[in-house]
Amino acid sequence: MTAVANQPEAEVKTRATPEQRRATVIGVVLILLGVFVFWAFGLGVESGSTSTFNLSLPGERFTGLTWEVNSQWLAFVVAAILAFLGGWVLRRSHVHWTNLALAIGLGLFALAFLTWAASDGSFNLTGMIRSTVILSVPVTLGALTGLMCERVAVINIAIEGQLLTSAFVGTIVGSAFGIWVGLIGAMLTGALLGAVLAVLAIRFRIDQIIAGVVINIFALGLTSFLARRVLADAQDLNAPGRFTPFKIPFLGDIPIVGQIFFNHNLFVYATFILVIVLHFGLFYTRWGLRSRSVGEHPEAADTVGINVYRTRYRNVILGGLIAGFGGAFLTLAQVSRFEENLTAGIGFIGLAAMIFGRWMPLGVLGAGLVFGFARALQQKLGVLGTPIPSEFLSMTPYIVTIIVVAGVVGRARPPAADGQPYIKD
Amino acid sequence: MTDQRPPTDPYWGQWFARVTGVGSSVGQAIVVPALALLTALLIGGLIIALTDLDTLSLWGEDPWEAFKQTIGGIFDAYRALFVGSVGSPKAISETLFTATPLIFAGLAVAIGFQAGLFNIGVNGQMHIGGMAALWVGFTFALPAFVHIPLALLAAIIGGGIWAGIAGLLKARTGAHEVITTIMLNFIALFLVDYFLKTSLFQQPGRNDPISEAVAPSAQFPTIFERLSIGFILALLAVWFCWWLLYRSTIGFEFRAVGFNPDGGRYAGMNVAWVYVAVMAVSGAMAGLAGSNQILGLEPYRGISNFAGAIGFDAIALALLGRSNPVGVLFAGLLFGALRAGGREMQGAAQIPIDLVLVLQALIIVLIAAPELVRAIYRIKTPEQELETTISTGWGG
Repeated sequence: MTAVANQPEAEVKTRATPEQRRATVIGVVLILLGVFVFWAFGLGVESGSTSTFNLSLPGERFTGLTWEVNSQWLAFVVAAILAFLGGWVLRRSHVHWTNLALAIGLGLFALAFLTWAASDGSFNLTGMIRSTVILSVPVTLGALTGLMCERVAVINIAIEGQLLTSAFVGTIVGSAFGIWVGLIGAMLTGALLGAVLAVLAIRFRIDQIIAGVVINIFALGLTSFLARRVLADAQDLNAPGRFTPFKIPFLGDIPIVGQIFFNHNLFVYATFILVIVLHFGLFYTRWGLRSRSVGEHPEAADTVGINVYRTRYRNVILGGLIAGFGGAFLTLAQVSRFEENLTAGIGFIGLAAMIFGRWMPLGVLGAGLVFGFARALQQKLGVLGTPIPSEFLSMTPYIVTIIVVAGVVGRARPPAADGQPYIKD
Repeated sequence: MTDQRPPTDPYWGQWFARVTGVGSSVGQAIVVPALALLTALLIGGLIIALTDLDTLSLWGEDPWEAFKQTIGGIFDAYRALFVGSVGSPKAISETLFTATPLIFAGLAVAIGFQAGLFNIGVNGQMHIGGMAALWVGFTFALPAFVHIPLALLAAIIGGGIWAGIAGLLKARTGAHEVITTIMLNFIALFLVDYFLKTSLFQQPGRNDPISEAVAPSAQFPTIFERLSIGFILALLAVWFCWWLLYRSTIGFEFRAVGFNPDGGRYAGMNVAWVYVAVMAVSGAMAGLAGSNQILGLEPYRGISNFAGAIGFDAIALALLGRSNPVGVLFAGLLFGALRAGGREMQGAAQIPIDLVLVLQALIIVLIAAPELVRAIYRIKTPEQELETTISTGWGG
């Protein structure tokens, strides 16, 4: 946080600062949410009805864990907490806690909603959160790719194309030589496209959005062309195996938490580790400081002897490796088969998650989890059969994103030199 | 945003600069795109050759035969591409028919670019505008000369409002239009799916998302084969956008804000209002593109995701046309020809139409980086470099 927001914070102000105005808005929103929960989810269910959450998945060591809760009481408790959080945020001295309060508030709101949806029924909560974690992986990896590039001031709108192409190459190479080779092939493909973007943006100084759009079109065209012309005739090239989940000893046997976090395939663990490594790397190492300086003020970086071009090439290509890893996740872990336009916009959601996460790895992970939750909700709610049409539930995450981007999180500040080519004198 | 380069050939150069705003000499404006097209076709040929598995295995046994087959395969493919796009009156009508929605959508993106806004949400605006036109189209029974304008007006309003939301959010809160328009795309997609299953839109007796058919009085009259008056409307839209951008005060403000928002602000322009207005006009064009997908082609009904990928092709179009309405027209015709020819190529030569996307990408990158073309063909670099700058970062 300190690394990005470096403007001095004035303590004494007669007029409300933008942060305080934002806090006021969020406070009011939280209170309104509380009222809504009280009315819709509390008074809207019959008193005495219970919601049953299954907390264990089949095949786990501890089975049959359930949590029965009185639907109405839970809604009332959540409404009270929401109102309290709203009041807390409205006090100006607590301005720094607004984002945390909002996150807790939205989480509780989601819980109240699920309780309402599952009243007089049962719902597998652990399975839902587990799906959230898995589905957040490609979005997070895509967003990390964008972050790696934009921290050195190269706009990468080609994440979608990188994911798609590397998923394709991962499928073919994985089918021919095994999944590990497929994974390497996919990562190299992502890096190759990253290198293409870097050359177009840095060497030829093409407008970076044009370069990204071109790579996306090229990727979609080439993979669809090859899928129809080659894969259609050679089905055995479209059947790589898949990376199966493996349980981490001891940790994986913890009830609930073990299933959610410690019983996944390689990609999920790697994503979490990567987020932490990148966050540490960007903000606490020499590499990170140099990268950020190239993104914020390339002239100054150059003056102190940092090679701007080399830093940009390196980070964009490293970002490509991450995108390749994400592409491999799609075809070597999630499904083990390539289809035309398999990514279907994940790269663009990754782009939004990067901005949503304010160009910080941990923020990106949070944004990725929000989108993952949304997609998991979409998949699971069909089972419950709520009166709300599924289309409206499906569009909720996108509406939430707009609201969040439109100022609830505050105006995010991109790296200062973002998108500008550097011309060395 | 427009490229201000002194033309080398005074008469033709000025004429061309005035009409297209490309601002380059005729040679520069024709030679580089032509070489880009040629290069793209050569690389496309290479891709066709490398993916022909049967012929590839023949190289070891009989290289001469393999060579002949490879060249023959490429030749067949491109002949089909040519015949299917301009080889006959019907083919030309197919090209123009395919180009129609592309031109509208390309204009939408181009107007945004002129004001420094990246409208990536043409897809969603097409859906909303198209749904509005659809509703007017099957609800009323009117004579055609009233019904069609009314449906078009609905499309303009629908698309304009949907894009205007993004403009308003940018003006009021600074939310970046790239994110908001992408999100609005998804929202529109789900809204269409929802409404097509409500009694308001759904064809009675159906369970899948499909709407009632548009009344014949609201369907675009056809001129030749599938070519309808939609294409003439697209030409009018090109003229309108050209007039708006280069001949009206509002358009001047659009371009001034695109060139430098701070400068526009100091000159007394209401930059926030300009953002909303630009997005509204852009969305109106996108709405017209959507209406063409409903009123201008079989089955004259709303279906799920009826806008397809046109909204994303539009970005490429606007880039290729250098954000100039006339440039967009030519780019639209080129893409229309590639698509129409691509269908023929897929049917006659069994080359998947997706190759056209690869060709498009190559053409754009070669035009956006004239250095590449010059490097390939050893053309001397002109003294002043032609550069386009559209993105100035996310800060906006």
